[in-house]
Amino acid sequence: MKSALLSLFVTLSVVFSSFSQTDALKESMERGHEIYTDFCMSCHLPNGKGVEKVYPPLANSDYLIKNREASIKGLKYGMQGEITVNGKKYNSVMAPLGLSDDEVADVMNYISNSWGNKNNKLVTEAEVSKIKK
Amino acid sequence: MKQLHIIFALILISLSACAQQIESEIKATSPVNENYTAELVVSDINIPWGIAFLPDNSMLITEKSGELIHFKNGTKTSISGVPEIYVRGQGGFMAIKLHPNYETNGWIYFSYASAEGEGDGGNTAIMRAKLNNNTLVEKQVLYKASPNTKKGQHFGSRIEFDNDGYLYFSIGERGERDENPQDITRDCGKIYRLHDDGTVPTDNPFVNTPNAKTAIYSYGHRNPQGLIKNPETGDIWEHEHGPQGGDEINIIKKGKNFGWPVISYGINYSGTSFTDITEKEGMEQPEFYWVPSIAPSGMAFVTSNKYPEWQGNLLVGSLKFEYLERLTLENGKVVKREKLFEKMGRVRDVIQAPDGFIYVAIEGKGIVKIVPQK
Repeated sequence: MKSALLSLFVTLSVVFSSFSQTDALKESMERGHEIYTDFCMSCHLPNGKGVEKVYPPLANSDYLIKNREASIKGLKYGMQGEITVNGKKYNSVMAPLGLSDDEVADVMNYISNSWGNKNNKLVTEAEVSKIKK
Repeated sequence: MKQLHIIFALILISLSACAQQIESEIKATSPVNENYTAELVVSDINIPWGIAFLPDNSMLITEKSGELIHFKNGTKTSISGVPEIYVRGQGGFMAIKLHPNYETNGWIYFSYASAEGEGDGGNTAIMRAKLNNNTLVEKQVLYKASPNTKKGQHFGSRIEFDNDGYLYFSIGERGERDENPQDITRDCGKIYRLHDDGTVPTDNPFVNTPNAKTAIYSYGHRNPQGLIKNPETGDIWEHEHGPQGGDEINIIKKGKNFGWPVISYGINYSGTSFTDITEKEGMEQPEFYWVPSIAPSGMAFVTSNKYPEWQGNLLVGSLKFEYLERLTLENGKVVKREKLFEKMGRVRDVIQAPDGFIYVAIEGKGIVKIVPQK
Protein backbone atom coordinates (compact mmCIF):
# COMPACT_ATOMS: atom_id res chain seq x y z
CA MET A 1 0.00 0.00 0.00
CA LYS A 2 2.72 2.32 1.09
CA SER A 3 4.75 1.62 -2.04
CA ALA A 4 1.66 2.09 -4.16
CA LEU A 5 1.11 5.50 -2.61
CA LEU A 6 4.73 6.37 -3.07
CA SER A 7 4.68 5.39 -6.72
CA LEU A 8 1.49 7.39 -7.18
CA PHE A 9 3.19 10.35 -5.57
CA VAL A 10 6.27 9.92 -7.76
CA THR A 11 4.15 9.58 -10.86
CA LEU A 12 2.11 12.64 -9.97
CA SER A 13 5.13 14.75 -9.22
CA VAL A 14 6.80 13.70 -12.45
CA VAL A 15 3.65 14.53 -14.37
CA PHE A 16 3.27 17.79 -12.48
CA SER A 17 6.88 18.88 -12.97
CA SER A 18 6.80 17.97 -16.63
CA PHE A 19 3.64 20.03 -16.93
CA SER A 20 5.26 23.01 -15.30
CA GLN A 21 8.32 22.55 -17.47
CA THR A 22 6.05 22.49 -20.50
CA ASP A 23 4.21 25.54 -19.28
CA ALA A 24 7.43 27.37 -18.60
CA LEU A 25 8.65 26.49 -22.09
CA LYS A 26 5.38 27.52 -23.67
CA GLU A 27 5.39 30.89 -21.96
CA SER A 28 9.05 31.45 -22.71
CA MET A 29 8.47 30.56 -26.36
CA GLU A 30 5.60 33.02 -26.57
CA ARG A 31 7.81 35.83 -25.27
CA GLY A 32 10.59 34.56 -27.51
CA HIS A 33 8.33 34.71 -30.54
CA GLU A 34 7.78 38.42 -29.90
CA ILE A 35 11.50 39.05 -29.57
CA TYR A 36 12.06 37.05 -32.75
CA THR A 37 9.58 39.17 -34.69
CA ASP A 38 11.26 42.32 -33.44
CA PHE A 39 14.93 41.47 -33.72
CA CYS A 40 15.52 38.44 -35.92
CA MET A 41 12.79 38.04 -38.52
CA SER A 42 13.94 40.62 -41.04
CA CYS A 43 17.02 38.51 -41.77
CA HIS A 44 16.14 34.95 -40.69
CA LEU A 45 12.54 35.27 -41.98
CA PRO A 46 9.29 34.10 -40.35
CA ASN A 47 9.91 30.47 -41.35
CA GLY A 48 13.45 30.49 -39.95
CA LYS A 49 14.88 29.55 -43.32
CA GLY A 50 17.14 32.60 -43.64
CA VAL A 51 18.61 33.58 -46.99
CA GLU A 52 20.91 31.21 -48.80
CA LYS A 53 24.59 32.17 -48.58
CA VAL A 54 23.74 35.28 -46.52
CA TYR A 55 21.71 34.58 -43.39
CA PRO A 56 22.02 31.02 -42.08
CA PRO A 57 18.85 29.01 -41.49
CA LEU A 58 17.54 28.42 -37.97
CA ALA A 59 14.94 25.92 -39.19
CA ASN A 60 16.22 22.33 -38.91
CA SER A 61 19.59 23.83 -38.11
CA ASP A 62 22.27 21.36 -37.05
CA TYR A 63 24.41 24.27 -35.84
CA LEU A 64 21.73 25.53 -33.46
CA ILE A 65 20.99 22.14 -31.94
CA LYS A 66 24.60 20.99 -31.64
CA ASN A 67 26.05 24.30 -30.44
CA ARG A 68 23.83 25.37 -27.59
CA GLU A 69 26.45 27.44 -25.82
CA ALA A 70 27.83 29.09 -28.97
CA SER A 71 24.29 29.92 -30.05
CA ILE A 72 23.50 31.57 -26.72
CA LYS A 73 26.82 33.39 -26.89
CA GLY A 74 25.97 34.62 -30.39
CA LEU A 75 22.60 35.93 -29.24
CA LYS A 76 24.24 37.62 -26.28
CA TYR A 77 27.34 39.16 -27.84
CA GLY A 78 26.83 38.95 -31.60
CA MET A 79 28.54 36.63 -34.07
CA GLN A 80 31.32 36.90 -36.58
CA GLY A 81 33.44 34.56 -38.65
CA GLU A 82 32.78 31.44 -40.64
CA ILE A 83 30.28 28.85 -39.47
CA THR A 84 28.88 25.79 -41.22
CA VAL A 85 25.14 25.23 -41.07
CA ASN A 86 23.60 22.14 -42.62
CA GLY A 87 26.72 21.63 -44.71
CA LYS A 88 26.83 25.18 -46.07
CA LYS A 89 29.35 27.83 -45.09
CA TYR A 90 28.28 31.27 -43.88
CA ASN A 91 30.60 34.15 -43.13
CA SER A 92 28.74 37.25 -42.07
CA VAL A 93 28.33 39.53 -39.10
CA MET A 94 25.48 39.56 -36.63
CA ALA A 95 25.71 42.66 -34.47
CA PRO A 96 25.19 42.32 -30.72
CA LEU A 97 21.43 42.58 -30.24
CA GLY A 98 21.34 44.31 -26.87
CA LEU A 99 18.96 41.73 -25.40
CA SER A 100 18.80 41.08 -21.66
CA ASP A 101 19.60 37.57 -20.40
CA ASP A 102 15.95 36.63 -19.91
CA GLU A 103 15.19 37.78 -23.47
CA VAL A 104 18.08 35.70 -24.83
CA ALA A 105 16.69 32.65 -22.98
CA ASP A 106 13.19 33.28 -24.38
CA VAL A 107 14.27 33.70 -27.99
CA MET A 108 16.61 30.71 -27.68
CA ASN A 109 13.69 28.59 -26.41
CA TYR A 110 11.59 29.82 -29.31
CA ILE A 111 14.07 29.15 -32.11
CA SER A 112 15.30 25.84 -30.74
CA ASN A 113 11.71 24.52 -30.55
CA SER A 114 10.32 25.84 -33.81
CA TRP A 115 10.42 24.87 -37.50
CA GLY A 116 11.39 21.24 -36.88
CA ASN A 117 13.86 21.97 -34.08
CA LYS A 118 13.46 20.24 -30.72
CA ASN A 119 15.30 21.12 -27.54
CA ASN A 120 14.23 19.26 -24.41
CA LYS A 121 16.29 21.27 -21.98
CA LEU A 122 14.78 24.65 -21.14
CA VAL A 123 17.18 27.56 -21.55
CA THR A 124 17.01 29.71 -18.41
CA GLU A 125 18.10 33.22 -17.57
CA ALA A 126 20.60 31.71 -15.08
CA GLU A 127 22.19 29.60 -17.82
CA VAL A 128 22.47 32.61 -20.13
CA SER A 129 23.98 34.77 -17.41
CA LYS A 130 26.83 32.27 -16.90
CA ILE A 131 27.94 32.41 -20.52
CA LYS A 132 30.73 34.92 -20.95
CA LYS A 133 32.37 36.45 -23.98
CA MET B 1 -11.03 17.42 -66.41
CA LYS B 2 -10.24 16.44 -62.85
CA GLN B 3 -6.66 17.52 -63.43
CA LEU B 4 -7.88 20.90 -64.58
CA HIS B 5 -9.80 21.27 -61.33
CA ILE B 6 -6.69 20.49 -59.34
CA ILE B 7 -4.59 22.95 -61.31
CA PHE B 8 -7.24 25.60 -60.86
CA ALA B 9 -7.39 24.94 -57.13
CA LEU B 10 -3.60 25.13 -56.90
CA ILE B 11 -3.55 28.45 -58.68
CA LEU B 12 -6.22 29.79 -56.33
CA ILE B 13 -4.27 28.60 -53.29
CA SER B 14 -1.03 30.11 -54.48
CA LEU B 15 -2.76 33.41 -55.27
CA SER B 16 -4.37 33.66 -51.88
CA ALA B 17 -1.41 32.47 -49.84
CA CYS B 18 1.21 34.70 -51.37
CA ALA B 19 0.78 38.29 -52.41
CA GLN B 20 1.98 39.04 -55.88
CA GLN B 21 4.99 41.27 -56.28
CA ILE B 22 6.22 43.15 -59.30
CA GLU B 23 9.97 42.78 -59.62
CA SER B 24 12.09 45.82 -60.36
CA GLU B 25 12.04 46.43 -64.09
CA ILE B 26 15.75 47.13 -64.18
CA LYS B 27 17.74 44.13 -62.96
CA ALA B 28 21.16 44.39 -61.38
CA THR B 29 23.86 42.90 -63.55
CA SER B 30 27.48 41.99 -62.98
CA PRO B 31 29.93 44.42 -64.57
CA VAL B 32 31.70 43.40 -67.77
CA ASN B 33 34.99 44.91 -66.63
CA GLU B 34 35.70 45.89 -63.08
CA ASN B 35 38.27 48.63 -63.50
CA TYR B 36 38.56 49.27 -59.80
CA THR B 37 39.49 47.35 -56.69
CA ALA B 38 38.54 47.77 -53.04
CA GLU B 39 41.63 48.32 -50.94
CA LEU B 40 41.34 47.86 -47.16
CA VAL B 41 42.48 51.05 -45.42
CA VAL B 42 41.02 50.70 -41.91
CA SER B 43 40.79 47.18 -40.50
CA ASP B 44 39.11 45.52 -37.54
CA ILE B 45 35.91 47.45 -37.06
CA ASN B 46 32.86 45.43 -36.19
CA ILE B 47 29.99 47.64 -37.44
CA PRO B 48 31.31 50.87 -39.02
CA TRP B 49 27.96 52.66 -39.31
CA GLY B 50 28.95 56.07 -40.61
CA ILE B 51 32.02 57.86 -41.98
CA ALA B 52 32.93 61.55 -42.17
CA PHE B 53 36.16 63.11 -43.42
CA LEU B 54 37.88 65.97 -41.61
CA PRO B 55 39.61 68.67 -43.71
CA ASP B 56 43.00 66.94 -43.21
CA ASN B 57 41.44 63.86 -44.86
CA SER B 58 41.54 61.89 -41.60
CA MET B 59 38.40 59.93 -40.86
CA LEU B 60 35.75 59.86 -38.16
CA ILE B 61 33.97 56.53 -37.95
CA THR B 62 30.97 55.65 -35.79
CA GLU B 63 30.96 52.11 -34.48
CA LYS B 64 27.44 50.91 -33.77
CA SER B 65 28.15 49.67 -30.26
CA GLY B 66 28.98 53.21 -29.14
CA GLU B 67 32.50 54.12 -30.14
CA LEU B 68 33.64 57.13 -32.17
CA ILE B 69 36.94 56.37 -33.90
CA HIS B 70 39.33 58.95 -35.31
CA PHE B 71 41.56 57.34 -37.93
CA LYS B 72 44.63 59.38 -38.79
CA ASN B 73 48.04 58.41 -40.18
CA GLY B 74 47.26 54.74 -39.84
CA THR B 75 46.23 54.95 -36.18
CA LYS B 76 42.83 54.56 -34.57
CA THR B 77 42.03 56.80 -31.62
CA SER B 78 38.88 56.39 -29.59
CA ILE B 79 37.18 59.75 -29.02
CA SER B 80 36.00 60.35 -25.46
CA GLY B 81 32.93 62.24 -24.32
CA VAL B 82 30.54 60.47 -26.69
CA PRO B 83 26.91 60.48 -25.51
CA GLU B 84 25.45 57.45 -23.80
CA ILE B 85 24.25 55.13 -26.54
CA TYR B 86 21.25 52.78 -26.26
CA VAL B 87 22.54 49.70 -28.03
CA ARG B 88 19.66 47.42 -28.86
CA GLY B 89 18.51 45.72 -32.04
CA GLN B 90 19.26 48.00 -34.96
CA GLY B 91 19.95 50.97 -32.70
CA GLY B 92 23.32 52.30 -31.65
CA PHE B 93 25.78 54.95 -32.76
CA MET B 94 24.71 55.72 -36.33
CA ALA B 95 25.20 58.62 -38.75
CA ILE B 96 27.92 61.27 -38.67
CA LYS B 97 28.14 64.41 -40.80
CA LEU B 98 30.23 67.59 -40.72
CA HIS B 99 28.62 71.02 -40.99
CA PRO B 100 29.15 72.43 -44.52
CA ASN B 101 31.18 75.24 -42.90
CA TYR B 102 33.05 72.89 -40.58
CA GLU B 103 36.35 74.63 -41.20
CA THR B 104 35.05 77.85 -39.67
CA ASN B 105 32.59 76.56 -37.03
CA GLY B 106 33.81 73.05 -36.10
CA TRP B 107 30.35 71.48 -35.71
CA ILE B 108 30.01 67.72 -36.09
CA TYR B 109 26.51 66.20 -36.25
CA PHE B 110 25.59 62.64 -35.41
CA SER B 111 22.61 60.42 -34.73
CA TYR B 112 22.34 57.70 -32.13
CA ALA B 113 19.82 55.67 -30.20
CA SER B 114 19.24 57.24 -26.80
CA ALA B 115 17.37 56.20 -23.64
CA GLU B 116 16.94 59.83 -22.57
CA GLY B 117 13.42 61.01 -21.86
CA GLU B 118 10.23 59.32 -20.84
CA GLY B 119 9.52 55.64 -20.98
CA ASP B 120 11.48 52.40 -21.12
CA GLY B 121 13.66 51.74 -24.12
CA GLY B 122 15.11 54.26 -26.51
CA ASN B 123 14.64 56.33 -29.63
CA THR B 124 16.75 58.23 -32.14
CA ALA B 125 18.53 61.43 -31.10
CA ILE B 126 20.49 64.04 -33.07
CA MET B 127 23.42 65.78 -31.42
CA ARG B 128 26.05 68.28 -32.48
CA ALA B 129 29.42 68.74 -30.82
CA LYS B 130 32.96 69.91 -31.46
CA LEU B 131 36.15 67.94 -31.34
CA ASN B 132 38.87 69.13 -28.99
CA ASN B 133 41.92 66.99 -28.11
CA ASN B 134 40.15 63.75 -28.93
CA THR B 135 37.15 64.70 -26.80
CA LEU B 136 33.67 65.81 -27.82
CA VAL B 137 32.85 69.19 -26.29
CA GLU B 138 30.00 71.72 -26.46
CA LYS B 139 27.52 68.89 -26.90
CA GLN B 140 23.97 69.90 -27.78
CA VAL B 141 21.07 67.52 -28.28
CA LEU B 142 19.16 69.03 -31.21
CA TYR B 143 16.36 66.49 -31.42
CA LYS B 144 15.18 63.43 -29.57
CA ALA B 145 12.30 61.37 -30.93
CA SER B 146 9.73 60.15 -28.44
CA PRO B 147 8.30 58.07 -26.93
CA ASN B 148 11.00 55.54 -26.07
CA THR B 149 10.30 51.93 -26.96
CA LYS B 150 12.09 48.63 -26.39
CA LYS B 151 11.42 47.59 -29.98
CA GLY B 152 14.55 46.74 -31.90
CA GLN B 153 13.73 48.07 -35.36
CA HIS B 154 13.92 51.09 -37.56
CA PHE B 155 15.87 53.85 -35.89
CA GLY B 156 16.95 55.26 -39.28
CA SER B 157 19.10 57.26 -39.60
CA ARG B 158 21.16 59.57 -41.78
CA ILE B 159 21.99 63.28 -41.74
CA GLU B 160 22.41 65.72 -44.65
CA PHE B 161 22.59 69.46 -45.35
CA ASP B 162 21.12 71.19 -48.37
CA ASN B 163 22.53 74.16 -50.31
CA ASP B 164 20.76 76.64 -47.99
CA GLY B 165 22.35 75.11 -44.90
CA TYR B 166 19.24 73.37 -43.57
CA LEU B 167 19.82 70.20 -41.57
CA TYR B 168 17.87 67.10 -42.64
CA PHE B 169 17.74 63.79 -40.83
CA SER B 170 15.72 60.60 -40.98
CA ILE B 171 14.14 58.55 -38.21
CA GLY B 172 12.54 55.17 -38.98
CA GLU B 173 9.10 54.13 -37.75
CA ARG B 174 10.47 52.09 -34.81
CA GLY B 175 8.44 48.99 -35.59
CA GLU B 176 5.11 50.82 -35.16
CA ARG B 177 3.98 50.56 -38.76
CA ASP B 178 0.33 51.34 -38.13
CA GLU B 179 0.82 54.09 -35.52
CA ASN B 180 3.72 56.29 -36.53
CA PRO B 181 4.47 56.94 -40.21
CA GLN B 182 1.11 58.42 -41.25
CA ASP B 183 0.59 60.48 -38.07
CA ILE B 184 2.34 63.85 -38.08
CA THR B 185 1.57 64.38 -34.40
CA ARG B 186 3.92 61.47 -33.67
CA ASP B 187 7.64 61.04 -34.20
CA CYS B 188 9.17 58.27 -36.33
CA GLY B 189 8.78 57.32 -39.96
CA LYS B 190 9.71 60.89 -40.94
CA ILE B 191 12.32 63.09 -42.56
CA TYR B 192 12.98 66.15 -40.39
CA ARG B 193 14.32 69.60 -41.24
CA LEU B 194 15.89 72.02 -38.78
CA HIS B 195 18.22 74.99 -38.79
CA ASP B 196 21.79 73.96 -38.07
CA ASP B 197 21.35 75.06 -34.41
CA GLY B 198 18.32 72.81 -33.94
CA THR B 199 15.61 75.47 -34.14
CA VAL B 200 12.55 74.80 -36.28
CA PRO B 201 12.38 76.84 -39.49
CA THR B 202 9.26 79.01 -39.53
CA ASP B 203 8.41 77.81 -43.03
CA ASN B 204 8.45 74.11 -42.14
CA PRO B 205 5.31 72.48 -43.59
CA PHE B 206 3.49 71.64 -40.34
CA VAL B 207 4.35 74.61 -38.10
CA ASN B 208 0.71 75.70 -38.08
CA THR B 209 -0.85 72.25 -37.80
CA PRO B 210 -2.27 71.64 -34.29
CA ASN B 211 -0.22 69.14 -32.24
CA ALA B 212 2.07 68.33 -35.15
CA LYS B 213 5.75 67.67 -34.60
CA THR B 214 6.90 70.84 -36.29
CA ALA B 215 10.35 69.53 -37.21
CA ILE B 216 8.74 67.10 -39.69
CA TYR B 217 9.50 67.85 -43.33
CA SER B 218 8.02 64.72 -45.00
CA TYR B 219 6.28 61.59 -43.68
CA GLY B 220 5.09 58.11 -44.56
CA HIS B 221 8.61 56.63 -44.44
CA ARG B 222 9.61 53.20 -43.15
CA ASN B 223 13.32 53.08 -42.35
CA PRO B 224 15.51 55.52 -44.27
CA GLN B 225 19.24 54.79 -44.07
CA GLY B 226 20.34 56.87 -47.04
CA LEU B 227 20.12 60.66 -47.34
CA ILE B 228 22.26 62.68 -49.73
CA LYS B 229 22.14 65.96 -51.58
CA ASN B 230 22.07 65.63 -55.34
CA PRO B 231 25.01 67.83 -56.31
CA GLU B 232 23.42 68.77 -59.63
CA THR B 233 19.92 69.72 -58.53
CA GLY B 234 20.43 70.43 -54.82
CA ASP B 235 17.51 68.10 -53.99
CA ILE B 236 17.70 65.75 -51.02
CA TRP B 237 17.59 62.12 -52.15
CA GLU B 238 16.58 59.40 -49.75
CA HIS B 239 16.40 55.64 -49.76
CA GLU B 240 14.59 53.44 -47.30
CA HIS B 241 14.25 49.79 -46.41
CA GLY B 242 10.99 48.18 -47.48
CA PRO B 243 9.70 45.03 -45.78
CA GLN B 244 10.12 42.00 -48.08
CA GLY B 245 10.66 43.85 -51.34
CA GLY B 246 9.78 47.49 -51.77
CA ASP B 247 12.98 49.31 -50.79
CA GLU B 248 12.64 52.76 -52.31
CA ILE B 249 14.54 55.75 -53.65
CA ASN B 250 12.66 59.02 -53.10
CA ILE B 251 13.33 62.69 -53.70
CA ILE B 252 12.26 64.44 -50.51
CA LYS B 253 9.67 67.16 -50.92
CA LYS B 254 8.27 69.54 -48.38
CA GLY B 255 5.17 68.30 -46.57
CA LYS B 256 4.72 65.28 -48.82
CA ASN B 257 3.43 61.87 -47.78
CA PHE B 258 5.56 59.00 -49.11
CA GLY B 259 2.87 56.45 -48.41
CA TRP B 260 4.20 53.85 -45.96
CA PRO B 261 2.35 51.62 -45.13
CA VAL B 262 -0.72 52.62 -47.14
CA ILE B 263 1.04 52.09 -50.45
CA SER B 264 4.05 49.84 -50.93
CA TYR B 265 5.72 47.57 -53.45
CA GLY B 266 6.64 45.26 -50.58
CA ILE B 267 4.89 42.45 -48.73
CA ASN B 268 5.14 41.10 -45.19
CA TYR B 269 8.11 38.91 -44.32
CA SER B 270 5.66 36.04 -44.03
CA GLY B 271 4.67 36.49 -47.69
CA THR B 272 1.22 37.85 -46.91
CA SER B 273 0.27 41.34 -47.94
CA PHE B 274 -0.65 44.31 -45.77
CA THR B 275 -1.85 46.54 -48.60
CA ASP B 276 -3.28 45.90 -52.04
CA ILE B 277 -2.24 49.19 -53.52
CA THR B 278 1.00 50.63 -54.77
CA GLU B 279 -0.29 54.09 -55.53
CA LYS B 280 -2.79 56.56 -54.17
CA GLU B 281 -3.63 60.17 -54.76
CA GLY B 282 -1.86 62.45 -52.34
CA MET B 283 0.98 60.00 -51.87
CA GLU B 284 4.33 60.14 -53.61
CA GLN B 285 5.62 57.43 -55.92
CA PRO B 286 9.22 56.36 -55.43
CA GLU B 287 11.76 57.31 -58.11
CA PHE B 288 12.77 53.68 -58.02
CA TYR B 289 11.89 50.57 -56.01
CA TRP B 290 13.79 47.38 -55.35
CA VAL B 291 12.03 44.01 -55.56
CA PRO B 292 13.66 41.90 -54.25
CA SER B 293 15.06 44.07 -51.45
CA ILE B 294 18.77 44.72 -51.37
CA ALA B 295 18.58 46.24 -47.84
CA PRO B 296 20.08 49.61 -48.80
CA SER B 297 22.43 51.48 -46.47
CA GLY B 298 24.50 54.54 -47.30
CA MET B 299 24.31 56.56 -50.51
CA ALA B 300 26.69 58.72 -52.54
CA PHE B 301 26.68 60.58 -55.85
CA VAL B 302 29.87 60.24 -57.86
CA THR B 303 31.24 63.58 -59.05
CA SER B 304 34.97 62.99 -58.70
CA ASN B 305 37.28 62.71 -61.70
CA LYS B 306 38.81 59.54 -60.22
CA TYR B 307 35.98 57.51 -61.73
CA PRO B 308 35.30 58.82 -65.23
CA GLU B 309 32.88 55.96 -66.12
CA TRP B 310 30.80 56.55 -63.00
CA GLN B 311 30.16 60.30 -63.35
CA GLY B 312 26.77 61.29 -61.99
CA ASN B 313 26.00 57.74 -60.86
CA LEU B 314 24.43 56.91 -57.54
CA LEU B 315 26.15 54.38 -55.28
CA VAL B 316 24.11 52.46 -52.71
CA GLY B 317 25.36 49.82 -50.26
CA SER B 318 23.58 46.48 -50.01
CA LEU B 319 23.54 44.90 -46.57
CA LYS B 320 21.70 41.85 -47.77
CA PHE B 321 23.56 40.94 -50.94
CA GLU B 322 26.91 42.29 -49.79
CA TYR B 323 27.85 44.45 -52.75
CA LEU B 324 27.92 48.08 -53.81
CA GLU B 325 25.17 48.96 -56.25
CA ARG B 326 25.92 51.47 -59.01
CA LEU B 327 22.79 53.08 -60.42
CA THR B 328 22.97 54.97 -63.69
CA LEU B 329 20.45 57.81 -63.89
CA GLU B 330 18.91 59.53 -66.87
CA ASN B 331 16.74 62.56 -66.14
CA GLY B 332 16.54 61.41 -62.53
CA LYS B 333 15.35 57.91 -63.43
CA VAL B 334 17.27 54.69 -62.87
CA VAL B 335 18.17 53.15 -66.23
CA LYS B 336 20.87 50.68 -65.25
CA ARG B 337 22.01 48.82 -62.13
CA GLU B 338 25.34 47.13 -61.60
CA LYS B 339 26.68 44.97 -58.76
CA LEU B 340 30.15 46.17 -57.86
CA PHE B 341 32.52 44.14 -55.70
CA GLU B 342 30.21 41.20 -55.13
CA LYS B 343 30.79 39.44 -51.79
CA MET B 344 32.65 42.45 -50.39
CA GLY B 345 30.59 42.11 -47.18
CA ARG B 346 27.63 43.86 -45.63
CA VAL B 347 27.91 47.46 -46.83
CA ARG B 348 26.88 50.01 -44.19
CA ASP B 349 27.99 53.29 -45.67
CA VAL B 350 29.49 54.79 -48.80
CA ILE B 351 30.96 58.26 -49.15
CA GLN B 352 32.90 60.32 -51.67
CA ALA B 353 35.72 61.89 -49.66
CA PRO B 354 37.26 65.34 -50.19
CA ASP B 355 40.26 63.62 -51.82
CA GLY B 356 37.87 62.43 -54.54
CA PHE B 357 38.06 58.76 -53.64
CA ILE B 358 35.10 56.64 -52.65
CA TYR B 359 35.24 54.90 -49.31
CA VAL B 360 32.95 52.06 -48.24
CA ALA B 361 32.24 50.89 -44.69
CA ILE B 362 31.86 47.12 -44.40
CA GLU B 363 30.65 45.15 -41.40
CA GLY B 364 33.20 42.81 -39.87
CA LYS B 365 35.99 44.40 -41.92
CA GLY B 366 36.36 48.15 -41.72
CA ILE B 367 36.79 50.78 -44.41
CA VAL B 368 37.84 50.14 -48.00
CA LYS B 369 38.94 52.66 -50.59
CA ILE B 370 37.94 52.23 -54.24
CA VAL B 371 41.03 52.62 -56.41
CA PRO B 372 41.77 52.08 -60.11
CA GLN B 373 43.09 48.64 -60.93
CA LYS B 374 46.81 48.63 -61.58
